[in-house]
Amino acid sequence: MTSALGKDLLGLEALTSDQIRLILDTAEPFKEISERAIKKVPALRGSTIVNLFFENSTRTRISFEFAEKRLSADTVNVSASGSSVSKGETLVDTARNLEAMRIDMVVIRHGASGAAQFLAERIESNVINAGDGTHEHPTQGLLDMLTLRDHLGDLAGRKICICGDVLHSRVARSNIWGLKKLGAEVAVCGPRSLLPNAIEEFGVIVFERIEEAIEWADALNVLRLQLERMTAGYIPSSREYNRVFGISRERLARAGRNVLILHPGPMNRGVEIDSDVADGPQSVILNQVTNGVAVRMAVLYLLAGGRPELAEAAKGGGR
Amino acid sequence: MRGAAPVLLRGGTLVDPSSGLDERGDIFIRDGVIDGIGGNLGAPDSAEVIDCSGFIVAPGLIDVHCHLREPGREDVETIATGARAAAAGGFTAVCAMPNTDPVTDNQAAVGFIVRQAQRAGAARVHVIGAISVGQLGERLAEFGEMVAAGAVAVSDDGRPVVSAQLMRTALEYARTFRIPVIDHCEEPTLASGGAMNEGIVSARLGLKGIPSEAEEIMVIRDILLARRTGGHVHLAHMSTHGSVELIRWGKERGINVTAEVCPHHISLTEDRVLAYDTNAKMNPPLRTQKDVESLREAVKDGTIDMIATDHAPHHYDEKEREFADAPNGIVGLETALAVSITSLVEAGHIDCQTLVEKMSCAPARLFGLPGGTLKRGEPADITVFDPRGKWIVDPLQFVTKGRNSPYAGATLTGRAVCTIVGGQIVHRLTNQGEAIGSSRAGTR
Repeated sequence: MTSALGKDLLGLEALTSDQIRLILDTAEPFKEISERAIKKVPALRGSTIVNLFFENSTRTRISFEFAEKRLSADTVNVSASGSSVSKGETLVDTARNLEAMRIDMVVIRHGASGAAQFLAERIESNVINAGDGTHEHPTQGLLDMLTLRDHLGDLAGRKICICGDVLHSRVARSNIWGLKKLGAEVAVCGPRSLLPNAIEEFGVIVFERIEEAIEWADALNVLRLQLERMTAGYIPSSREYNRVFGISRERLARAGRNVLILHPGPMNRGVEIDSDVADGPQSVILNQVTNGVAVRMAVLYLLAGGRPELAEAAKGGGR
Repeated sequence: MRGAAPVLLRGGTLVDPSSGLDERGDIFIRDGVIDGIGGNLGAPDSAEVIDCSGFIVAPGLIDVHCHLREPGREDVETIATGARAAAAGGFTAVCAMPNTDPVTDNQAAVGFIVRQAQRAGAARVHVIGAISVGQLGERLAEFGEMVAAGAVAVSDDGRPVVSAQLMRTALEYARTFRIPVIDHCEEPTLASGGAMNEGIVSARLGLKGIPSEAEEIMVIRDILLARRTGGHVHLAHMSTHGSVELIRWGKERGINVTAEVCPHHISLTEDRVLAYDTNAKMNPPLRTQKDVESLREAVKDGTIDMIATDHAPHHYDEKEREFADAPNGIVGLETALAVSITSLVEAGHIDCQTLVEKMSCAPARLFGLPGGTLKRGEPADITVFDPRGKWIVDPLQFVTKGRNSPYAGATLTGRAVCTIVGGQIVHRLTNQGEAIGSSRAGTR
């Protein structure tokens, strides 16, 4: 059976606005399951899901694992270190071996852009991209949108600015595609050395100064500044980055309105975001984490062929 | 070696800009040389007669840039399979790049390739020696001894000559031997880690891009060094609009610069990478439509002197992986003629005269190689090709060991019907087992 999303979820660039809305709408009833004493429904009972993580990840892997377990799927975690991958096995061989054990889905995190698509084209199982290189991280984009929608309502016409290292960010790309498809106005702000050279061709506004971005935006999605960018010479220091681009309480206060603050984590407190902002009243960072489980449940449910209109019922008895 | 039977190429359109030929006629080949050119030539009964009506008869195609992988990677190509693939693609001669293992950077290594090519008995294989020992960019290799052993040019292709001082010295030193110094133009710090052209497509795919300027900075450096030294710099696989403008600037000033373009850079754009297809990964990368159009114009107006394949076979397993980790390069010997005809001749940019100039006459003239002309008494290196026939590319049918082609499944126009090297027929195109154009002498 072909699901409403097709076989795989590889990125938001390829999805239609209706498909994105469908995932977000399907996530709504799943939110409630995590609030129960018994956080489990039988919707994916009997399904086998492999979480194939070639890069270290805590948040995303655990979030997927909770989503799978709360839908009653059987899950196996494979990480690159200590597996046959570290003995030189290729990605395609790893995948084919897993599939030979008769699995239903693979959730893959990989350091190479395109790795999820590569896998999806070569195996029958559903493939969910949990982040491929600097390409896309679709479930992160979706949970960001679900969180924005919770607080801002319909995103059409809303102004969202993605701040920081857009060049190396899969989160940024998924946000740009997803938000634009839902009709939001999207901007980016960061040092030009950390923006793709062709960034304007994405159809986004570019702010070179963070003050202008804060002035403009309804919400800021603040990206993690990976510390290796300094050693690679993209920017001189994290200290200067904080002074020029950091999100501080003072800068937010100058906007004179309530600008929502998101961050995909893990945060570098005192670098891209100050602690009083991260922990402050405008921050929805922990809401993002909570929504991550619901969005991933929705994606798993839909890819498994679950019917959207039965999601409400699925959380009851899994009919 | 047995002597080849005489051959009569009957009724083709003779196209040779080097001698001004552009007319219907016959060519008679005996004892390895062109014995007669004209209308209604006779032939002895022993002659093999090939009906060339509807086909172009041209001086044999010459590729100044290919990678035959031997010694070192005989699993992906050998000199023999490469020379046969060349013949199948209509090439009577190719120049093998020295980035082998070990590097072709001395007279013994050059001699090995010369001998292997003689054994293969297909297309001629000329040797390009390394500029620097081990292609390490430090010390000059022994140009003089390599030339004496058969090398026709020098290059560190596969990697750029990073040191401007080494490039300067190479251009100066090469003058004694009258050989071109070929550079792979890539500024290494700008190109570092890049997997495709830098632009909107690389930004969308999350792949590190290689900006046009990585090529252009080295192009202008090399042109300026050629001006300083008077040496002949040949710029390999030009891929950008900016490079074309810089070469034009150099040629207008009489600087000794020549340049080649690959068929893929005049036919495909970076969009071809969108599905992370590693068979669209090469260096320099596929660029934009503007670059493609600029390069086509440059072929037409003479800024680009010749077409070269950069034939680079890789093993299936090496290409069957994550895009950023896959090696650069595609095979090209068996599609170059067809891609050039399809993208340049059929598309109306150039005629067959100019095509033959770019694929045969210019390489011979500018690299000082035999061939590139249809003249009585010259060795019979001749390519007969069908300029109109359409075919679908199936890499499984290739003679090369490589299957890494971005043209798999594409319908192309034009194909080599017969390739003759020194009077020997080294390739005949067949149709259901029957050689095309077959007939015996004595029937007329």
